[in-house]
Amino acid sequence: MPRNLRRWGPPLLMISPSLILLAVFVYGLLAVNAHTSTTDMNTAAQATGVKPTSFVGFDNYTKLLSSPDFQHSLKNLVIYTVVFLVGTMLFGFLWAWLLDRPVRFEGVFRSIYLFPMAVSFVASGVVWRWLLNSNQGESASGLNRLFQMIGLDFLQNNWWNNVNYGIAAIAIPAIWQLSGYVMALFLAGFRGIPEELREASQIDGATTWQMYRHVIFPQLSPVALSAVIIVGHMSLKAFDLIMSISKPANYQTKVPAVDMYVLKSSFHYADAAAVGVILLVIVAVLIIPYLVHISRAEKRA
Amino acid sequence: MRTRRTLTALTAGLAASTLLLAACSSGDDTASDNGTSGSTGGDASEVEVFTWWASGSEKLGLDALVKVFGEQHPDTKFVNGAVAGGAGSAAKDLLQSRLQAGDPPDTFQAHAGAELQDYIDAGQIEDVSDLYKEFGLTDVFPKDLIDRLTVDGKIYSVPSNIHRANVMWANPTVLKDAGLDPAATYSTMDDWFAALDKVKASGKTALSVATTWTQVNLLETVLIADLGADGYSGLWDGKTDWNGSDVTKALTDFQKLMSYTNTDRDGLDWPDATQQIIDGQAGFNVMGDWAEAAFEAAGKKAPADYTYQPVPGTDGVFDFLADSFTLPKGAKHPGGTKNWLQTISSAEGQTAFNKAKGSIPARNDAKASDFSEYQQSAMESFGKDTIVSSLAHGAAAPVATLTAISDATSKFTTGASDLAQYQKDLASAAAGS
Repeated sequence: MPRNLRRWGPPLLMISPSLILLAVFVYGLLAVNAHTSTTDMNTAAQATGVKPTSFVGFDNYTKLLSSPDFQHSLKNLVIYTVVFLVGTMLFGFLWAWLLDRPVRFEGVFRSIYLFPMAVSFVASGVVWRWLLNSNQGESASGLNRLFQMIGLDFLQNNWWNNVNYGIAAIAIPAIWQLSGYVMALFLAGFRGIPEELREASQIDGATTWQMYRHVIFPQLSPVALSAVIIVGHMSLKAFDLIMSISKPANYQTKVPAVDMYVLKSSFHYADAAAVGVILLVIVAVLIIPYLVHISRAEKRA
Repeated sequence: MRTRRTLTALTAGLAASTLLLAACSSGDDTASDNGTSGSTGGDASEVEVFTWWASGSEKLGLDALVKVFGEQHPDTKFVNGAVAGGAGSAAKDLLQSRLQAGDPPDTFQAHAGAELQDYIDAGQIEDVSDLYKEFGLTDVFPKDLIDRLTVDGKIYSVPSNIHRANVMWANPTVLKDAGLDPAATYSTMDDWFAALDKVKASGKTALSVATTWTQVNLLETVLIADLGADGYSGLWDGKTDWNGSDVTKALTDFQKLMSYTNTDRDGLDWPDATQQIIDGQAGFNVMGDWAEAAFEAAGKKAPADYTYQPVPGTDGVFDFLADSFTLPKGAKHPGGTKNWLQTISSAEGQTAFNKAKGSIPARNDAKASDFSEYQQSAMESFGKDTIVSSLAHGAAAPVATLTAISDATSKFTTGASDLAQYQKDLASAAAGS
């Protein structure tokens, strides 16, 4: 027993502050939030305890999930995530592939591609709101004006003001900002592949394409998976970029996180909490299999 | 967390010591407290005033008010609790959490009327009707206004200024180019549509509008025009049926009006829409009379550079909103709050504040000659028109209803719902589901 204590005690003592903080401020508050979402606390009076709150089970969830407006938010979230993911993966991979070959000024290019990530979503959102102005013809500005100047008038469109897939336009700045990050991940992946493997494949007579196809790409899949998870969970929590380009009350660009904010601001605490739980579940569906996969892989190794 | 607690302890200590001091001194404060509810006495050493007046004409107004406050109550220290951002939404978010944490400011700015309902229900603000009697406000505020502020026989805030939401602004040059008489007045929606058609034909934006709340502002003026003052007010107390055919007619007019507007509206806020009138890109705009400050700031003069009149069909109706101040329950310096409410409701305070902010005093005894030409015309209308409560600015409906109506409006104007669905959405929003 004392031996065990000596072995486990100090490390446990070291991590206990962060464990306690996590338990209270992350998991504790998650539990409180989940509890709120099962009550009818949808007025200020109930939140302060002047009027009683009662347990309503999953009513808030069924109400939300059956409302066409919330379904629209979920649909927007799916479109945003798909466009954002495909865009960043495509550009990130492409740039990394290009930089993987010996290129002059590689460092410069790398910085250029990576740099947009240093800008906050709110700051770039302000600029992109102007670039994505939906006016066309005479009063056009931003990208639509640029299209006119280079004679590509037919490319003009109303960007994020399209009610069906306008949210995809907001994924453009997100792609612009995070492709560089995905590139860095992939570049690290490329560099992590031993030179011997490339040489071996060349000795075996593989063409460059065959080498990439059969030797390099398969070894990049863990990196790709991490990139998908990182970008994917960022996308599911999208809020700041949407808020700074569009406005919270704009129907065409609303996503669950925006709904949560709007509901909370109008004292619908229980509904807002339910949206929070739904978001958590969506992110968990993505993250938990990944974590399980990682821990299994570690055990094998 | 730690600093918050130390701070609370510090302020508590400070409050206690000032209380002691106050007890030792002559006791002017306590003497004047007779007749008011007990909560309005107490610590007057300072007053934390929570507003979203952090820039522009609003900041100038607050500064002017603070100057008068310093003269009237030199012993009470003014603590500026202004929170910038999001046209007040940042301030409201912070206020919500402070009230819930039991750490209210000494007084906070809120739109007068139904927007206060949530705070009243939650028991977070005090009835201040006694102060109305004490300061003699019942005689100097119009009866219509007091009626709109009264909830179950009680009044929970003191208005500092009045704005009018149903004003139509126009650029006379754009109208002339379109073959219209810039001095013409429009008494019905149909007259206005004819004019809008001409401006549209001239290649300019006929009607400039901005993001959702400005569209709701436009909607409410159309509702007033088509339903009349009584019909419009009936929407908020259940006397007018949201599913009725007259509402359908109003929504049809609203839909038609939206067809004249700029396509980039959802990315803009009201100053951008007003700027389009100033720059001559658009013919007409509907906005509250805070737009007057924007025209003035741009060095424009009425009626040469811009004109104003009530929104067509709403002449004789004053669609009001008011900023007002409250006495939160558990305020640390209720005496200070009382002094602040006294200043903002006094003739000097209201005159100084409104001259700078561009709104008009709620009192009917202010000297008209102190104010600008637009303000004088608004004061005249306020004195004789029927007063109705603005929806977009929290006077007519509680926050949750307004949010639901805004959502429905955004859904409709972006094309995700048709008119029938819009009317249904509005009806259920007003019913509070």
